[in-house]
Amino acid sequence: MAESKTLEGLRQKLGEKIRDIEEKNERRTYVKLFEADLPDAARLLLDGGGRLAIITGIDTRNGIELLYHFFLAEEHRFITVKVLARKPQPRMVSLAPWLPAANWAEREIQDLLGVTFDNHPDPRRLLLADSWPEGVHPLRRDFRGLPK
Amino acid sequence: MKTVVVPLGPFHPLLEEAEYFKLFVEGETVVDMDLKVGYMHRGIEKLCESKTFDQVPFVVERICGICSTSHPLAYVNAVEDLLGVEIPERAKYIRTIIAELERIHSHLLWMGLAGHFIGYDTVFMWAWRYREPVLDLFELISGNRNHYAMMNVGGVRRDIKEDDYGQILSTLDEVRGGTELFIGAVMDDPVIHARTKGIGVLTPEDARAYGTLGPTVRGSGIPDDIRRDDPYAAYDMIEWDICTYEGGDVFAKTAVRLLETVEATNIIRRCVEQMRPGPICADVQTIPAGEGLGHAEAPRGEVLHYVRSDGSSRPVRHKVRAPSLMNIPSFKVTCIGEKIADAALITAAVDPCYCCTERTAAVEKGSDKAVLTGGDLVEMSRRKTAQIRNDLGCVPPVEKLVRGIMAR
Repeated sequence: MAESKTLEGLRQKLGEKIRDIEEKNERRTYVKLFEADLPDAARLLLDGGGRLAIITGIDTRNGIELLYHFFLAEEHRFITVKVLARKPQPRMVSLAPWLPAANWAEREIQDLLGVTFDNHPDPRRLLLADSWPEGVHPLRRDFRGLPK
Repeated sequence: MKTVVVPLGPFHPLLEEAEYFKLFVEGETVVDMDLKVGYMHRGIEKLCESKTFDQVPFVVERICGICSTSHPLAYVNAVEDLLGVEIPERAKYIRTIIAELERIHSHLLWMGLAGHFIGYDTVFMWAWRYREPVLDLFELISGNRNHYAMMNVGGVRRDIKEDDYGQILSTLDEVRGGTELFIGAVMDDPVIHARTKGIGVLTPEDARAYGTLGPTVRGSGIPDDIRRDDPYAAYDMIEWDICTYEGGDVFAKTAVRLLETVEATNIIRRCVEQMRPGPICADVQTIPAGEGLGHAEAPRGEVLHYVRSDGSSRPVRHKVRAPSLMNIPSFKVTCIGEKIADAALITAAVDPCYCCTERTAAVEKGSDKAVLTGGDLVEMSRRKTAQIRNDLGCVPPVEKLVRGIMAR
């Protein structure tokens, strides 16, 4: 498997803080982290030539799983950072104050999955209609249509 | 000076889709901007969770009417990444041919609209005249001018008949000839230079920070291209070049698209020459539990799909990210400081696709009263070109070229 300098850097810098690394194949790596280590990891990945492609939010039993997909063009691979925003009030630190690419991605997740991003510079609604009720998130598993 | 707010939208004057840009202007200069999207949100991701893995390509094909094959292509790449399956060689070539034909028709469509917008209706007719035979090719190959339904998990759904190679290659020659003539004319046209050079500059630093994609980032001189950075289909099996242009302005983005159109004809030609008869689809029975990440270089930039499976016949989560979601926020840096007559052109230069992501008005600050409509903005843009043309006092090369052809 081809070596990734950035992944190695991530291993060295974060060490035991890394909960799990899954090297699915030589182009796709998934790294599980605790919420507090997300900004450090994001900076390392960006410094290594990475680009935040998008954030995927998935509603799971324990919380909203957030997948930060960083694409490293020079290393021809995706490094996806996985963190969990715990229920019942899922929160996550916002990367948007220093990373414009995260701005809309976080607002989208806030609308569709109800995760609050702390210190987001512009936490307005992005995709849902103005008339959509507060606190109803259509990508949550328990979403059963709008209240009548 | 008093700040006036110019609403651009909710229907973009150029692309006629719902998106709302609020431009704050002082005199004729844009000083701030606010974007509002979501008018076209259709809940495709949620819908896909209720479809089986082999039904999803048909749903995602309808996300965009222009780059309709890039979504299914990114989706099958994601599912194949989940599976770890290798697809037959012929299927790789056919995927590449369809993706590049789409790039040609999409870039020519944009060229035509941009031409119309700056008051060059001849450019519009010229570009669309060459786009038409490309759509005919799609009809020949797939039976449809749009929504070709070619992608399938494991390969493609239809083969390209050897009898059709002749028409494909002759159409490519025709499109290439037309595009090259057009490049010659655009690169020398003083009016097009005056309207597009140094307008709406996206610096390489901003291009990176906003995570911009496709011709938007390559127009800032950065050679980012998924086709090379993470090859899929047959892009690592043929020779081709990434097209970049320095400057980051509207002109650079236009140049990238024109160069890419020519390069796409090369790619298709090589695929047709290299591909050999063989199977077109791998045998895929079930999708196991797991996750897959796939992307494809659409005409506007990287389309990204993420799929998670729990071993059932339907995805538990299907995430879609179209390139315009990353490109549109960069207006915040490209429009500020520019003249209002250029704002609509700058926003059009990234070739935004709102259906994939998601309007513009001029309002007096503090009053919320609209002072200009979308139509007014198009008119302002067209008047500016007419003024430049008058000042130059000559017939620009693009018009000479078109007049020559019309006289034939």
